[in-house]
Amino acid sequence: MAARRPVLSRLPVVHQLRQSVGLQRGMLVTGVVIIGMFLLVALLAPLLAPYGFAQLRDEDGAFGAQQPPSSEHLLGTTVGGYDVLSRVIWGTRTALLVIVVAVAMSLFVGVILGVVSGYLGGWLDRILVVVADAVYAFPSLLLAIVVAIVISGGQSSVFGGVLAAAISITVVFIPQYFRVIRAETVRIKSEAFVEAARVIGASTPRILFKHVLRNATRTLPLLFTLNASEAILTLAGLGFLGFGIEPTSGAEWGFDLNRAIGDVTSGIWWTSVFPGLAIVLVVLGMTLVGESLNDLADPRLRARRRADNTPPPAGDPVSVVPGGANSPTTSLQDELPNPGEVRA
Amino acid sequence: MSVVDIRDLNVTFATDGGDVRAVDGVSLSVDAGEVLAIVGESGSGKSVTAKTILRLLPETATSSGAVVLTGKDVLSLSPADLRRTRGEDVAMVFQEPSTALNPVYTVGWQIAEGLRAHGRMSRREARTKAIDILRTVGIPDPERRVDYYPHQFSGGQKQRVVIAMALVLRPSLIVADEPTTALDVTVQAEILDLLRSLRDDFGTAIVLITHNMGVVADLADRVAVMYQGKLVEQADARTLFAAPQHEYTKRLLAAVPKLGEGPARAAARAAERTGEREDVVVARNLVIEYPGRLGRKGFRAVDDVSFSIARGEVLGLVGESGSGKTTIGRAIAGLTRVTGGSLSVLGTELLGARYRDLAPLRPEIGFVFQDPATSFNPLLTIADNVAEPLVVHSRAESAQDARARVDELLEAVQLPRHFGDRFPHELSGGQRQRASLARAIALSPTLLIADEPTSALDVSVQARVLELFAELQRDLGFAALFISHDLAVVDLLADRIAVLYAGRLVEEGTGAEVLGAPKHDYTKRLLASLPVPDPVAQAERRLELARLGGRSTS
Repeated sequence: MAARRPVLSRLPVVHQLRQSVGLQRGMLVTGVVIIGMFLLVALLAPLLAPYGFAQLRDEDGAFGAQQPPSSEHLLGTTVGGYDVLSRVIWGTRTALLVIVVAVAMSLFVGVILGVVSGYLGGWLDRILVVVADAVYAFPSLLLAIVVAIVISGGQSSVFGGVLAAAISITVVFIPQYFRVIRAETVRIKSEAFVEAARVIGASTPRILFKHVLRNATRTLPLLFTLNASEAILTLAGLGFLGFGIEPTSGAEWGFDLNRAIGDVTSGIWWTSVFPGLAIVLVVLGMTLVGESLNDLADPRLRARRRADNTPPPAGDPVSVVPGGANSPTTSLQDELPNPGEVRA
Repeated sequence: MSVVDIRDLNVTFATDGGDVRAVDGVSLSVDAGEVLAIVGESGSGKSVTAKTILRLLPETATSSGAVVLTGKDVLSLSPADLRRTRGEDVAMVFQEPSTALNPVYTVGWQIAEGLRAHGRMSRREARTKAIDILRTVGIPDPERRVDYYPHQFSGGQKQRVVIAMALVLRPSLIVADEPTTALDVTVQAEILDLLRSLRDDFGTAIVLITHNMGVVADLADRVAVMYQGKLVEQADARTLFAAPQHEYTKRLLAAVPKLGEGPARAAARAAERTGEREDVVVARNLVIEYPGRLGRKGFRAVDDVSFSIARGEVLGLVGESGSGKTTIGRAIAGLTRVTGGSLSVLGTELLGARYRDLAPLRPEIGFVFQDPATSFNPLLTIADNVAEPLVVHSRAESAQDARARVDELLEAVQLPRHFGDRFPHELSGGQRQRASLARAIALSPTLLIADEPTSALDVSVQARVLELFAELQRDLGFAALFISHDLAVVDLLADRIAVLYAGRLVEEGTGAEVLGAPKHDYTKRLLASLPVPDPVAQAERRLELARLGGRSTS
């Protein structure tokens, strides 16, 4: 094995892409493509969307409410008279913003708390675990609603709305990061290399951040993707219940779905299907990536190509350590000729 | 008549690093009533070969060749036939008895499970059979113990139960994969006795996989040596030990540490040491207790132990698992709290000391851990890991800054300089343990604690690491506490030997005193249980052990 792999192949998703085969690879690639398109659409929303998210009329006059799909409005218009396609496209921006803010905040707070609590233990650990469990036990959507009301009084501008949604999601997610990182920390704490650092006399912050934290972050990409999809669902749930973002200040899929309830019974399908589809697709993409990362991280779940049972090329000594690509194992192997003759 | 006949077996694994050929053209056969030992270092393919007999290979493996077991080719059996063959024709004994038994069922149920899988049998009949088989493997009071759960048995008894499970259908072949590696040496002797009686009384053929040449000498009739997936030598045990043919076998046998070489070396070292004896570590009536759960009494791991280590002296600490030897090492390094008596290290009293109080002591103490695989931060390079003590104690600004010193250290432990740029997982076990030594001596400590530094290594690698340790100790003159369960290893290195038993120090003295003329019964039994890599001598020692009444309560 080479001393170092190139940086590119050590990046989380890229590395797994190379490692995967078969169905798992298909899942991962599908997920990555969906997320990639999601990001692209969010980035290029002003170019892609035919109208603004709060636009009700153009130079030809008002759009009209509940117009079926046409060349003017590819996906029709909503009961409020907005263009469905534009709102779906602009909605990616809101979703992305909420995911980034929510996950970044919960990641930061949850990881710090988890490492400190897991390593130090004692009463601090007990209190934090109890608090985390209490938050965990609470229905997350209910908690999000409470937080949304506290922060913004229920209604808000785009940034207020995004922040309210993000913070409420953060509060719900911190216990998840906290628990995962804490569990890893408790495991790593007893590993010999942490004890080695203690014997050396390293200070506690140094042990925490140099030795423990860096080794505890293995499961984060997985948690990150799964939480991101959950964040979208919570945001949509908030919007659906009317605690989201005002339609004039930002496009939000959950809110649009809420407004489409009445349409469904009257056969107006386009107002609900497309925002719903957008939510499903993004959540599916995130979940696919998350689940495949999970499977690939576990060697027992990871699918492999079958070995072909042909002898290796002569003169190429193969290390025979199942499951591990160790460098030539012993000094004996360097010094001995290849074992050839067999004495019976 | 051969029970199993392996012909030209090849096994290849698909791994992340490409295909790996684990077994390459191996042909073997085992006769009824014969013990065939397959020996080799880790990665030699010995376990894979044996597991193929039961077709117990993971999905990533592909095999070719033939394994003919009582007339059937195991490799081409249908799943139903395979299930019938397992248990009836061939059974397996695993390395770790505590994980081979299901903790939520009684042992009787687990034995009956095997019976019921192979034919109808009433509950009562199965129970009677289970009791019979437990009696056969030497479990006392089997009528009552058949209803015990696995945790109610000791390690040695658990292994007996596992053997009983393997034996209950009277298979013609038992595959034993390192059956005694997880056991203490006195218990190991008993399990080996049991396996021997299976061969003699029931004519069961046994395939024994082990890396311990002493075990091979004790039990095996015939030995097959594997190296890099190939069979390099096959001979009956006496011939192999007396006149090994292949170069690799010779090296393997030469690398096994033997008792009785130590005293001469220790005497030479003692002669060099002159002047006043100055104690680095002094323990007086040392007590270490682990706190119990709420309302329960704590566990006393070390009980009233007194010893001392002088400057430049190597003290070997020997004992079985649970004897408290590791706890003492950890206490000296400040990793475990001292709860009673007195432990003074370099003049600092550790009883009641806090993490901060030990700071001035840290640069004076080096520690080498048992498992080289986990004692390095996997995300730092070897150079960064070795530089860590230098950086922490401000001898260097950063790891880059310390590189010159790190290179010196790596050279001192005979590792090439460029290994510093590698990550820990890219080194073999022996290389990692050498790097671990480099880190331990980075600050030129006065005292080095080595906690079973070679027990995770292959014999041949162990020999080189021990040699290196002795060399470094001679050159740098540090005092050392060398902890091991292996008497032969301790004998090789130590000036004085202390024997621990159940938290108490039962014997202490020079190597010649303790090993040459042991006073305590436990030391005698320990010595007699240690199998020596010589079938002729081992047969005599076995009689000696029987005379001592080595059969303890386990």
